[in-house]
Amino acid sequence: MVGLEQYLSVAAALLVIGIFGIFLNRKNVIILLMSIELILLAVNINLVAFSSHLGLNDLVGQIFTLFVLTVAAAEAAIGLAILVCFFRNRGTIDVEDVNVMKG
Amino acid sequence: MTNADFQILLPEIVLAVFAMAALLFAVYTGKDKTAPMLTWITAAILAALAVWIGWNGEGTNAAFGGMFVDDAFSRFAKVVILIAAAAVLVMGEGYMAKRNLLRFEYPLLIALAAVGMMVMVSAGDLIALYMGLELQSLSLYVVAALRRDSVKSTEAGLKYFVLGALSSGLLLYGASLTYGFAGTTMFTGIVEAAAHDIPLGLLFGLVFILMGLAFKVSAVPFHMWTPDVYEGSPTPVTAFFATAPKMAAMGLFARVVHDAFGGVTADWGQIVALLSVASMFLGAVAAIGQRDIKRLMAYSSIAHMGFALMGLASGTEFGVQAMLIYMAIYVTMNVGTFAFILSMQRDGQAVTDIGALNQYSKTEPLKALAVLVLMFSLAGVPPMVGFFGKFYVLQAAVQADMAWLAVAGVIASVIGAFYYLRIVYFMYFGEETDPLDHAMAPAQWVFLMASAAIMVLGVVNLLGIEGPATAAAAALVN
Repeated sequence: MVGLEQYLSVAAALLVIGIFGIFLNRKNVIILLMSIELILLAVNINLVAFSSHLGLNDLVGQIFTLFVLTVAAAEAAIGLAILVCFFRNRGTIDVEDVNVMKG
Repeated sequence: MTNADFQILLPEIVLAVFAMAALLFAVYTGKDKTAPMLTWITAAILAALAVWIGWNGEGTNAAFGGMFVDDAFSRFAKVVILIAAAAVLVMGEGYMAKRNLLRFEYPLLIALAAVGMMVMVSAGDLIALYMGLELQSLSLYVVAALRRDSVKSTEAGLKYFVLGALSSGLLLYGASLTYGFAGTTMFTGIVEAAAHDIPLGLLFGLVFILMGLAFKVSAVPFHMWTPDVYEGSPTPVTAFFATAPKMAAMGLFARVVHDAFGGVTADWGQIVALLSVASMFLGAVAAIGQRDIKRLMAYSSIAHMGFALMGLASGTEFGVQAMLIYMAIYVTMNVGTFAFILSMQRDGQAVTDIGALNQYSKTEPLKALAVLVLMFSLAGVPPMVGFFGKFYVLQAAVQADMAWLAVAGVIASVIGAFYYLRIVYFMYFGEETDPLDHAMAPAQWVFLMASAAIMVLGVVNLLGIEGPATAAAAALVN
């Protein structure tokens, strides 16, 4: 039987993979975008699992998921657009080369 | 149901419809040739909405079953946000036009960001919160990278995007846990689930949400993006980042901790206090080594957010009032300071190095005096209004038995005074260098002088913002 715990564990694992993907990745900015998508997917799994766990009448979680999916698509579009502009100026999308300003 | 609901939501709807209609209009007509006109129209509409909301709003109205709340608190925040956005549009217009940056998308993105911010401070539900936050963030990512042919600007946009998306993700994860363990996304339901003690799952949700919000207000340790984004973005955009979104994020912060987690003040109070102390000290210490005035203002904003969070950390009604007054003063000071930074140029080229201010008082005594007033006010030197903002938050901390926090705040503010006073020192006693240009756009001059005048004249009664701030705090905390 797959219960709430299993779903939450998978979501937590995805979240951690996503966060590590952002901080440990030294190669490519595209991988950062993929990591962000992973985090949002973890959230979606959480929401749907909770929604089904809370009972048949609770659709809020599933509606929330639809909103998150839509926003994630818009976010990816904007991220890629900025990335294209960056690539035109810099000629590379390596994370190590995003370093004109030291912060 | 719906008619009354839309009535409450009308200002947001007007602004959103305007932004979309103007976008279509500009695409089908002169494109970027319409940009100056659109900038002025957008600024006028933002200012008109501020007047409308400020004068017409009354009582507490909830729309769409409580998902959207219009109360004194949200109205206070909205007025500050709208006025700041309008001011930044007006004073940045000349700068953008001169550098061929005035695209018609710019005022419309600012308008859409303003819609997002208005939804944020009115949110009564996690879904509304998230949609408002994302509308604001997505618009801001784009304006940060507005100068498409500049490495710095696109890099700022990229950094802001990656870290902003990460913070939205964390906030959303917290929202999902909160939904699961409270059984609802409504703030009114969450506050019941966490009435006295907080279940472990909800506590995790709270911590994740606070992490996401701390990113948005750029509180330490989630501040890494701030200096780079401030430095890389075009200066009018930096001016915008330093004003309206800060007020919106602070308003959202207050709304979440009081409306949704108002029963467990002690639990989040210590987290917020920690964020506050760390922000104040890092902002004060790290700015000392900065020569670039935009980076310096970034660290300054981190320190100021620390002070505003101190008001929230006290967890009382007076704390919220102190935070609102502090933010209103902070936004006013920053509008004036950025009006000056926008005018800093030598031979038509924008300069941001603070060394360029050497001996500024010799050539421009009046403007130097205005900047001196603003710097003293930012540092919190007593006769200026900035001091009263700090005084309120310190008082709130002391009243809530957090004397240690107040003491830390005073120490941090003394350290931070160094870099504000250094700018004044350069202007009055610096070495001889090439002077800055005399020219300053009339709009920038007006905002610089008005802001400086408010910092002096506001001493009398803080220009009456105390009353609305009290009403706002009373509406939020109950």
